[in-house]
Amino acid sequence: MRDFISRNPLLFVFLIAGYAFLYLPIISLIVYSFNESRLVTVWSGFSTKWYGELMNNGPLLNAAWLSVKIGALNATIAVILGTLAALALVRFRKSRGHGTLGVMVTAPLVMPEIIIGLSLLLFFIALEDLIGWPAGRGQTTILIAHATFSMAYVTVIVQSRLAHMDPSIEEAALDLGARPARVFFTITLPMIFPALAAGWLLAFTLSLDDLVIASFVSGPGSTTLPMVVYSSVRLGVSPQINALASLIIALVSIAVLVASVIMYRSEKVRQDA
Amino acid sequence: MTLLQKLIPKNHQLIVAIPWLWLAIFFVLPFLFILKISLSEPQLAMPPYQDWIREFEDGLLTITLNFGNYQLMFEDDLYLQALLGSLKVAGISTLLCILTGYPIAYAITRAPLQFRMPFLMLIILPFWTSFLLRVYAWIGILKDNGLLNQLLMSTGIIDSPLQILHTPAAVYIGVVYSYLPFFVLPLYATLVRLDDTLLEAAADLGARPLRQFLTITLPQSVPGIAAGAMLVFIPVMGEFVIPDLLGGPGTLMLGKLLWTEFFNNKDWPVASSLAAILLVILIVPFVLLRHFEQKASEEER
Repeated sequence: MRDFISRNPLLFVFLIAGYAFLYLPIISLIVYSFNESRLVTVWSGFSTKWYGELMNNGPLLNAAWLSVKIGALNATIAVILGTLAALALVRFRKSRGHGTLGVMVTAPLVMPEIIIGLSLLLFFIALEDLIGWPAGRGQTTILIAHATFSMAYVTVIVQSRLAHMDPSIEEAALDLGARPARVFFTITLPMIFPALAAGWLLAFTLSLDDLVIASFVSGPGSTTLPMVVYSSVRLGVSPQINALASLIIALVSIAVLVASVIMYRSEKVRQDA
Repeated sequence: MTLLQKLIPKNHQLIVAIPWLWLAIFFVLPFLFILKISLSEPQLAMPPYQDWIREFEDGLLTITLNFGNYQLMFEDDLYLQALLGSLKVAGISTLLCILTGYPIAYAITRAPLQFRMPFLMLIILPFWTSFLLRVYAWIGILKDNGLLNQLLMSTGIIDSPLQILHTPAAVYIGVVYSYLPFFVLPLYATLVRLDDTLLEAAADLGARPLRQFLTITLPQSVPGIAAGAMLVFIPVMGEFVIPDLLGGPGTLMLGKLLWTEFFNNKDWPVASSLAAILLVILIVPFVLLRHFEQKASEEER
């Protein structure tokens, strides 16, 4: 490392500046969540009162609970769909629909949310008109919308894991007479498990974070956390939102830390094996 | 894996079919409804548009297409301004991402092997925390009595606070901040695969480091730059949250205009026309993205 710095001092400065740019805003959010003053950026003493107020903010807590429920369900659906898509893309290159699947899986990654949201809303309305389902808009429609774009992210993660996996272990199991389903559940699945865990976590946070798509496809009574945050933020900075942000950052950091430890261990096991 | 394929023909068709159908129904099919509604007339009802096909009492079916919404786009200056605004913001912030992201990605590839993954994780990590809340963080930094102005004033660089929030500058900062990881990741993936032997050969032949970089590394990393640039450019074209929270009345962009037409003016047909136009514009960059992504992954094989 010291060698790297002394040989490329300029690069190292760029790197540090880049991390400062990425992390200082997040750190400032956390620091000012402990600020006594309502003025957020004017420091007037340490206090945890905003966390207390957050815990008494009923509408926000309800929205948070709804978002967590939708997020967890969404992540589960997205992992199943994304894993199937990744298997299809990596393992069945010659099958019908492979090319179109590849395009359809990349598009949601970059498609502006505003287009996804609007098109799905119009689609849901037309569908309800036609077959009576989904009846109105709410949790179900948000869930479908979220699963659609989340699965694309899961696909990317699982795809890269599958592509770098040694196929000879599966082939050996097949040669020894194991059925393909058994091979999948006893060999493939455990080997791609870290990617599935990472994908689940990413799908969960993507859903927990989505404002634009949910705003289009939600209905009365299904207000998600980002929608509450957004209407509060539009009125200006609020220490309660800082407190909420700090809690979310803490949760995500713990989750990512746990996930990296799992990944690191499985990587080590793989290398040792 | 041909063996696996032969053994489970049924399952394997199912594996392709399930995600295929899901995306076809919930991602591709809905676009047709944008086109449909964009050709209908608004009305004061819920949903606020008229169907093209109407059945009258005598059983007569009529189809009325309304191109007025598209005509409006060309006649009213507002829509053209929003399109130009989006192109400008997306273009400039993509350029800014290239300028800031390239040195970062390059530095990570030059770092010692055991530091590369942690360095890369540090780039990805902010992406896992809320996008909305990270944009919100910049309000506290950029506003008139915010952290940046406090810092600049306490160090005596400026005497009165700079107005940054609600200006285009704030939008650029917000966009680069939010989308930088999308640029760095594909570029890193390209850079890390580059063959070092070419550099060594160039060095042996007496090329200086800068020349080595310009004639070998930079041209070879073009697919990574292009893929990363498109990953930034395409979503920023329709960005809503950043111009809404950080931008001011002067930052007119398609995504924000679409939102206003839809939620404030309740004009669904015009909002759909905007979405359709945006969709058409994004086809070219999307094709470019696919092209460069495939190029990058072919080099891997």
